[in-house]
Amino acid sequence: MILASEGMWFLTRASGMVALVLLTASVALGVVTSVGWSSVRFPRFVTIGLHRNLSLIAMCFLGLHIATTVVDGFVPIGWLDAVVPFRSPYRTLWLSLGALSFDALIAVMVTSLLRRHMKYGTWKAVHWASWAAWLVAVLHGLGTGTDTTNGWAQLIYVACAAVVLAACWWRIAVGWPAHIRPRLAALIASLLVPLIVLIWTFSGPLQHGWSQRAGTPSAPIEQVAR
Amino acid sequence: MSTVSTPTRSGSRSATPPAGLPRLIPTPLATDLASHLTHFGPVRPSRDLHGLLSQVGDAGLRGRGGAGFPTATKLAAVARSAGRRSLLGRRTPVVVANGTEGEPASVKDVTLLSYAPHLVLDGMAVAAAALGADEAVLCVDRRHNGLFSSLACALAERADLDPIPIRLAAAPSRYITGEESALVHWLNGGDARPTSVPPRPFERGVADRPTLVDNVETLAQMALIARFGAAWWRSVGSPEDPGSFLVTITDGRRVPAVFEVASGRRLSTLLQHAGIAPTTPVLVGGYFGSWLSPEQAAAVSLTRTDLARFGASLGCGVIAALPDTVCPLREVARVARWLGTQTAGQCGPCVHGLPAIASTVEALGRADVGHRADAELRRLMPLVSGRGGCKMPDGAIRFVASAVEVFRDHIEDHRHGVCGRLDVRPVLPVPSADGAWR
Amino acid sequence: MSIRIVLDPIACDGHGVCAELFPEGITLDDWGYPILREGDVPAHLERHARRAASACPSLALKIRRTGA
Repeated sequence: MILASEGMWFLTRASGMVALVLLTASVALGVVTSVGWSSVRFPRFVTIGLHRNLSLIAMCFLGLHIATTVVDGFVPIGWLDAVVPFRSPYRTLWLSLGALSFDALIAVMVTSLLRRHMKYGTWKAVHWASWAAWLVAVLHGLGTGTDTTNGWAQLIYVACAAVVLAACWWRIAVGWPAHIRPRLAALIASLLVPLIVLIWTFSGPLQHGWSQRAGTPSAPIEQVAR
Repeated sequence: MSTVSTPTRSGSRSATPPAGLPRLIPTPLATDLASHLTHFGPVRPSRDLHGLLSQVGDAGLRGRGGAGFPTATKLAAVARSAGRRSLLGRRTPVVVANGTEGEPASVKDVTLLSYAPHLVLDGMAVAAAALGADEAVLCVDRRHNGLFSSLACALAERADLDPIPIRLAAAPSRYITGEESALVHWLNGGDARPTSVPPRPFERGVADRPTLVDNVETLAQMALIARFGAAWWRSVGSPEDPGSFLVTITDGRRVPAVFEVASGRRLSTLLQHAGIAPTTPVLVGGYFGSWLSPEQAAAVSLTRTDLARFGASLGCGVIAALPDTVCPLREVARVARWLGTQTAGQCGPCVHGLPAIASTVEALGRADVGHRADAELRRLMPLVSGRGGCKMPDGAIRFVASAVEVFRDHIEDHRHGVCGRLDVRPVLPVPSADGAWR
Repeated sequence: MSIRIVLDPIACDGHGVCAELFPEGITLDDWGYPILREGDVPAHLERHARRAASACPSLALKIRRTGA
């Protein structure tokens, strides 16, 4: 039985967007913690607490995003496809990016909840994956999402990207020139990657016929979830 | 001279044990294996850990690297750690000989390694056999190219002799490299910076295995004890400070001397013996140690308790007399500034505190801010001492605090615009590090 | 059973969150690094000490039980 498609579909897109916004805020707050900025109105424990709580709320919205997608029978996506990539025939690559991002975020969340019970170095190494998870989530959104051509969605993407880039540059700048090699690599990546993504977005998702090229099955209406 | 030959534990006869001093470095020199064995006789490293522990324990040998920790206790700790069964990996111990000698004014370890390398290597073999170690490393500061080659030759000579192969490692040229956990961290592929303890190297060191880290002189003494027994070893020195120890004696104007002495001697006698006028302030223990005023130096004997009366300790054995013609404030400020550049950079109080303290020392002699600098120095010292991850800041504070006490009058002179010390060439050595941490 | 707080100076990066959350037991020095008050943590403050240890971004602050 196909559940109320329209409602689910809106919820999926909305919760996905909200999750992205929350993740963006989380990345920014993570950087604020890392560089050690604080003010009288934003003491460090507030920054750290917000970072943690917003991340957890983001995961909730992510859970909603996944649940509404799966429960919505309109497209052939099952529960397993949320964590195992390259299973669903629906826009396989772009969907899988979502699964990969989710996998990374689960790892970050679990290690963070258990950070006192593991080596600091281990926790830190996994935590670095959150940058990649954010980027991959954006690519997932651009490739899978039906809102890529929508003006509001584009505004949100651009705003989130601006925040993350600013946070990234702040992180690179503070403590310069210690650990110069990774900083330089990150700087170069932070300039190249947005450029590549921008070019790709204009030539791919924003172009006519993306839906087909992305791998949307020809008769989604006939597929039933489960 | 009696010719009593002492049976070794294995029952066969060894050479005559040296009577009196010196005992570590023979006359004539015996740097090659053949003459070494002729002079000292063979040593038979055995797996009898209990035997070695009782010998070294009875002898009362303490570490010669500066901390003075009882060697038998350390050996036992490594053995105990190795004996614990573990689900994760091997517990076979490792022996590390610390010959890095990062203390700039000290040359005793380099001297020992140059003129009695086989004694140090014997000690390593003895410790390794008793502990059941399968790996032994001799660490030397990489700036000593010549020494490295001669040690490599010495090792080649005894390839068939040692129960396990001993390898050489050329450690970074930094003050902090010789710190136990820093050396182990470097051997494990990391930077030569101290690591968080616990666990200490005796629990988890090289490759996470129980590791014995001993100064090269300690191991050389161990080799003597293993040959000639604890009773012989205690025949020099005092009951509370038995045996002999090497000291570096310098006045900065001539090549430093290395003496092998026994506890109990008066410092002034030793200085006179070295041709140094015993009327100057003396730094005991290197930059980790403390200053003695001329009066204190004249009164003190080289025993742990007597030195402790003046808040001093022999440490790594550096005894540096500062000539009367040299400005002590300039010297102390130079060394304090250098120490600030030698931190591992890991602990805030040390990284920030030592340079801040160096700045106050530099300002001590100024008429305008001298008193404020003094107050600031007193405020900073407890903020730095004891708040690092290793003992380096503690040693630096001790060095500065004792200097400020001993040179109080000269500092006052400075504030009145009079130094009067015309010898401007630096005395205390302050090497430039090559900067590498690996 | 009482507890005390212990600092690993090598892991500590001077974030200072601990001093914000447990000012009764932790103050910051000139350079932003924590100075721990000696002795056991008073029972009514244990909650804050644990929170401070848990919030440390570098996991440099730890709780140790002290006998009794």
